Amino acid sequence: MTRPTRPAPLRETPSLVPGEPLIAFHDVRIGFDEGDVLRGISFEVRPGETKVLLGESGSGKTLTMKLAAGLLRPDAGRIWVMGQNVAEMPEHQLLDFRRQVGFVFQEGALFDSLTVAENVSFRLREEDLPDDEIEERVREVLRFVELESAIDKYPAELSGGMRRRVAIARALADRPPLVFYDSPTAGLDPVTSQTIITLILRLRDLQGVTSMLATHRLQDATGLASFRFDVETNRVVALDGNGGMPVAHRGEQEVAPATNVLVLREGRVYFEGAVDDVLRSSDDYLRKFLASAK
Amino acid sequence: MPESNEAPSVLSFFGGALKRWIFAVQDYSLLSLQSVVNIFLPPYYWMDTLEQMDLIGVGSLPIVVAAFLSIGAVLVLNTASQFQRFGMTALTGDAVSLALVRELGPTIAALLVAGRNASGMASELGSMVVTEQVDAMRALGTDPVRKLVTPRLIATVLMLPLLVAVADFVGLIGGYIVANFTLRLGAVQFWTRAVDALEFGDLVQGFVKPIVFAFIIATIGCYEGLRVRGGTQGVGRATTSAVVISSVLVLVADTFLAKLLLYIFQK
Repeated sequence: MTRPTRPAPLRETPSLVPGEPLIAFHDVRIGFDEGDVLRGISFEVRPGETKVLLGESGSGKTLTMKLAAGLLRPDAGRIWVMGQNVAEMPEHQLLDFRRQVGFVFQEGALFDSLTVAENVSFRLREEDLPDDEIEERVREVLRFVELESAIDKYPAELSGGMRRRVAIARALADRPPLVFYDSPTAGLDPVTSQTIITLILRLRDLQGVTSMLATHRLQDATGLASFRFDVETNRVVALDGNGGMPVAHRGEQEVAPATNVLVLREGRVYFEGAVDDVLRSSDDYLRKFLASAK
Repeated sequence: MPESNEAPSVLSFFGGALKRWIFAVQDYSLLSLQSVVNIFLPPYYWMDTLEQMDLIGVGSLPIVVAAFLSIGAVLVLNTASQFQRFGMTALTGDAVSLALVRELGPTIAALLVAGRNASGMASELGSMVVTEQVDAMRALGTDPVRKLVTPRLIATVLMLPLLVAVADFVGLIGGYIVANFTLRLGAVQFWTRAVDALEFGDLVQGFVKPIVFAFIIATIGCYEGLRVRGGTQGVGRATTSAVVISSVLVLVADTFLAKLLLYIFQK
């Protein structure tokens, strides 16, 4: 097995005060014609943390991530991301802000008229980087998702899992310190889902990327909380049974960050805490939900 | 009391429809304004604009040529008998030339481009909306109006007047061929009359109209595409709406422009 590529360092997180959360939602509400979808949610995401959003369909997981990425504007409440007030930024500032974060859409949302290379390099071309540098960065990030061989293919020629990996590569091309994954394993078979989660693990443990991940699969949360990517052995290894809380420093491996769960129910935060806590919970709704999510 | 129950629901129905219509007009106006403002501010997407120019201009050329050869020919076929009755067959060139340059060239070319390109824009952008590609573009820090709408607007505004010029010329060729065979009109007689009949005001009318029509076609096509809701069915509805609305607006705008330009040039 070849040694995985270690991606280049992240962009610097802009205007973040040490100790401050990377993402902070305060009483955020949003609704559409059919009624309120989010009814006042508040939570924080610390630098290096992986926040897994769990919930039934329509509970507002995707909406929460789109609000955090500035793709939607809340009806009320405050949203601070990387020290910027996303809820009140005008669109032209939001465009600049979004260049600092990565977003992986549920079905990949690849540009179907562009090749894999053109998809991945989309943001880099917008920044007018030299062609040589773009080529190098595209190959580097495609090597990371192990799809360098598909560089000249069109999205229609790829499998569902490959499309998600290209979408991850596209989100990572500009080395963002914060990545949002919207149901990255939805509709994929278990093996491909595991490949995607391993990719997210590698990104987290090699680069310390902060992330929010929306999913309805409990395995995604437990996978992220219970394993880490060991660069020494080039393997995914189990954490020491602490449910994703920070573990000791191992060689050049960074401290494994906390993975926490946020369960949304009917537009409100129903539970927030470590994965082990949700697994041990005796709450009727959580037990029922977790049983269906397994 | 059925009457008291019915009145508010009818009122609320029309009130709701009016509100939706006003919001739609507001959204359309904002999109149009933004796409025009983007022309003067960087970044520019010249490659996208060239690609659209090729698609709209070169792509529409075959249907415009085929349509206007027939239109010019039919125009002469229909007027020949009237001219023959009064012994004024020499005026055939005048009639074909004025009808094509002032009215038929801009309007019919615009309707053809609306049918071909407004629908194309609506379905392409609509498909991008339902597959979240437009959201992905925004997530990557790119303004979809600047990247998708402005190049289509520039391309249509540049290409439609050129297509109209080709349409007018091809229409005259079609007219000449029929005039030559049915009325035995010579080339010199037909073309001299056709060119002399035109005044500056007619040329202005023939080239101002396509600019306005191009604006309508591009902005309606893009607006209908970007507001798609409801998956592939929504894309189908947007495509139909784009063609219907842009065609009707072209004809309505034509009426007002004709009156305005005739007034300006004292005709």
